Amino acid sequence: MMIIILLIGASLVVSSGFLLAFIWAVKTGQYDDRYTPSVRMLLDDTENTIDSK
Amino acid sequence: MSGVNPTYADNTSQGISSDPVREIELICDHCGLECRDDSHTLGEKVFCCAGCKKVYELLHANEMCAYYNLTDQPGVTPFADDSGLKYGYLDDPEIQKQLLEFSDGDISKITFTIPSMHCAACIWLLEKLGSLNAAISHSRVNFLQKELTVTFNHNDLSLRQLVALTASLGYEPDIKLEDINRTKRSNDHKRLYLQIGIAGFVFGNIMLLSFPEYLARGGDIVDPGLRLIFTWISLVLSLPAVFYSGLDYLIGAWKGLANRVINLDVPIALGILSLFGRSVYEVSVGVGTGYFDSLSGLIFLLLIGKIFQAKTYDTLSFERDYSSYFPIAIIRKDDDGEKSVPVVSLKPGDRIVVRNQELIPADSILMEGAGGIDYSFVTGESQPVAKECGDVVYAGGRQIGKVIELEVIEEVSRSYLTRLWNQDSSSGDEESGTADLANSISKYFVAAVLLIAVVAFGWHAFSDVALAFQVFTAVLIVACPCALALATPFTLGTAMRIMGKHNFYLKNAGVIERMSRVNHIIFDKTGTLTNSHNVDISWQGDALADRDIVLIKSLIRHSTHPLSMKLFDHLPPIRSLQVDNFNEVAGKGVEGYIDGMFIRVGSSEYICPGNAADHIDETSGIYIEIDGAVRGLFSVQATLRPGVTSLLQKLQNKFKLSLISGDTSQDKALLTPSFSDNSTMLFNQQPIDKMNYVNLQRENDDRVLMVGDGLNDAGALKASDVGIALTGDVTSFSPACDALMDADSLSMLDRFLNFSKTSMKIIIAGFILSFLYNIAGLSFAVAGKLSPLVCAILMPLSSITVVAFSSLMTRTQARLKGFKP
Repeated sequence: MMIIILLIGASLVVSSGFLLAFIWAVKTGQYDDRYTPSVRMLLDDTENTIDSK
Repeated sequence: MSGVNPTYADNTSQGISSDPVREIELICDHCGLECRDDSHTLGEKVFCCAGCKKVYELLHANEMCAYYNLTDQPGVTPFADDSGLKYGYLDDPEIQKQLLEFSDGDISKITFTIPSMHCAACIWLLEKLGSLNAAISHSRVNFLQKELTVTFNHNDLSLRQLVALTASLGYEPDIKLEDINRTKRSNDHKRLYLQIGIAGFVFGNIMLLSFPEYLARGGDIVDPGLRLIFTWISLVLSLPAVFYSGLDYLIGAWKGLANRVINLDVPIALGILSLFGRSVYEVSVGVGTGYFDSLSGLIFLLLIGKIFQAKTYDTLSFERDYSSYFPIAIIRKDDDGEKSVPVVSLKPGDRIVVRNQELIPADSILMEGAGGIDYSFVTGESQPVAKECGDVVYAGGRQIGKVIELEVIEEVSRSYLTRLWNQDSSSGDEESGTADLANSISKYFVAAVLLIAVVAFGWHAFSDVALAFQVFTAVLIVACPCALALATPFTLGTAMRIMGKHNFYLKNAGVIERMSRVNHIIFDKTGTLTNSHNVDISWQGDALADRDIVLIKSLIRHSTHPLSMKLFDHLPPIRSLQVDNFNEVAGKGVEGYIDGMFIRVGSSEYICPGNAADHIDETSGIYIEIDGAVRGLFSVQATLRPGVTSLLQKLQNKFKLSLISGDTSQDKALLTPSFSDNSTMLFNQQPIDKMNYVNLQRENDDRVLMVGDGLNDAGALKASDVGIALTGDVTSFSPACDALMDADSLSMLDRFLNFSKTSMKIIIAGFILSFLYNIAGLSFAVAGKLSPLVCAILMPLSSITVVAFSSLMTRTQARLKGFKP
């Protein structure tokens, strides 16, 4: 039965890792702006786009 | 105006001889607005103003025209401001210190609110500020909050220059007095996210650890040693769920009890504590495995309900006060010359300079110049009031016309407008929403639960004291009003989202409940029922020749008076002519020579001072005089907003209606048909009168809904049970209120009210449903048969049923009532 205790311990460690990742994400403001990044990644980085009009 | 190119001159002459009405639409290549004429061109590109052209040239020079490829005409018309004085106050170290988020001497960081940000191209350009000025190292947009955060080198670029740069691109930062007093924005959501995350984590893990227990059902499948370890791990895991995630409920209940109020938090806290206490007891004594799964599940679900209801409209502000209306600085004139100073530092006796379209920040006396003060935000009256030297001018007015000089007689914080605002705050304390339905029920709920628990305890106590304690705690556990606490947030949260889709934005979900009880609706007139931007202009007099229209329009093009602008938009498009010797008498009229002809346009006393009495009964009229002959007038009539008449007809039957207007009764005829005989119609009401009227109605036990738009309604909006501020642009300025409504949605007001009543019925149905579950659970509990398994099934099941019922019913009802769900 020791193996179960070991597995439970391991699962708690892994899930705590995800919890800590979540806490880090909230604290560093990853959820503060849920819109702008979706637009930003569509914008080109090229500085010298020639005006097509 | 002087940049006339050859084609322009040709077109002008052709335009007049053949057809003054332009056939082609000129659209500004920068901002997409219709151009008044084609005086601003660059190659094939046409611009509506010099500002737009300048932005284009700037972007072109920096090879940043990709901006225009992102969206069609993405630009924002920049405000023309050629004097460097406007942002001078930003050089003040004291102001800088308060505005800057961070500064170490070299590198500074600041966050602006930029209301004119509106599309992907705006994001692109604002995040590329660094390409325009090397001192800007980083700029980042939060589009939903309309915020721009800039990191820049303070030595190479002053704050003033930075603001001037963004303003010159058309993105003028909105720097208001409140920014200075602002305490750092606290982010409640972050805390709630963390609480939910932790509760969810705990819930999931404890569920897994409890599984063997569910399957065993009293059998000996589970090794006793393992069982012990599992329950102890559950106990440890549940600590953060109870004492971090659930802390707000415990605190809320404690505060409620301290104030001798039984709010909804009390039964919840009772449930949490008895669950936790009983579980800890069972585990430590070794008689059972506890209810940690139900406990963490309960907290998790409650928090989900909380975040669902906490939907807020980030970009909208419902708490604006005078400080968000006034500018941060004003030009003060002293012996050293003119200097831009913060308005809060103004003292009685200071000389200030106010230019065209600027706000007067403090009550003062007009010393020099002719004032044409537009008090439309304060009084709702759209016509500028003419003021002469020596007159007292109250804060909040906007100067229309030439530069004026004023002497301050009261500090900003003591002006008429500010005092009006401060008066309001006294009636605002009941808005905390403690009187809502769920809270008022919880009082009886707690009493009933305690009664049942005590009776059950007494019943069992004669036979088995241990069982009696078990039953007692089981009753408290199973009666925890989880479902009760979820019915309200999910119904109101859903209703609030649906209303938001129809441009009716509520400050919080509690507003719906107050709306459902309204029985008296009070309307403001100007800007609310009537549309001050959409006036009915009709010509009275001999028919005007096309040539005359060109003359009139060319002249009034230069006037900033709101009536001139409306007339300008009303007249057919033309190609403008050169005006010589242009002169504007603020608030009265304009005159000038065109092609040798003398044109005068203005009010009746301006054009024909002698026989003004003949026309005194006319409404707002614009008189036209060409070469000494009065040709007639354009009469300007306010129009009702579309749908208002039918709205009033529908409301008539169900509600008491009142109209209180700051205006004269000139538009009474327009409105009388829509109001029945027993409705009150009051005119010439001062802001304070409006507020007093609302208070009077409330003392008569009416539950008042006030619809208004301007600062003059601010007092009444706050005094009423539900204050709805009507606005053409929800992100622009509006007085403090409970809800913001887009002006176009006003005709749906009756349906919103109706829907709020339906929502309350759905909540009550949700309550009944949750009581049924409670009764089922109580029957288990009283019999002493509440096993952890029954609890673990019953509690989430009741919660999920109630949540599903509330959300689905609200959506179905919304669809039935013709709302987009």
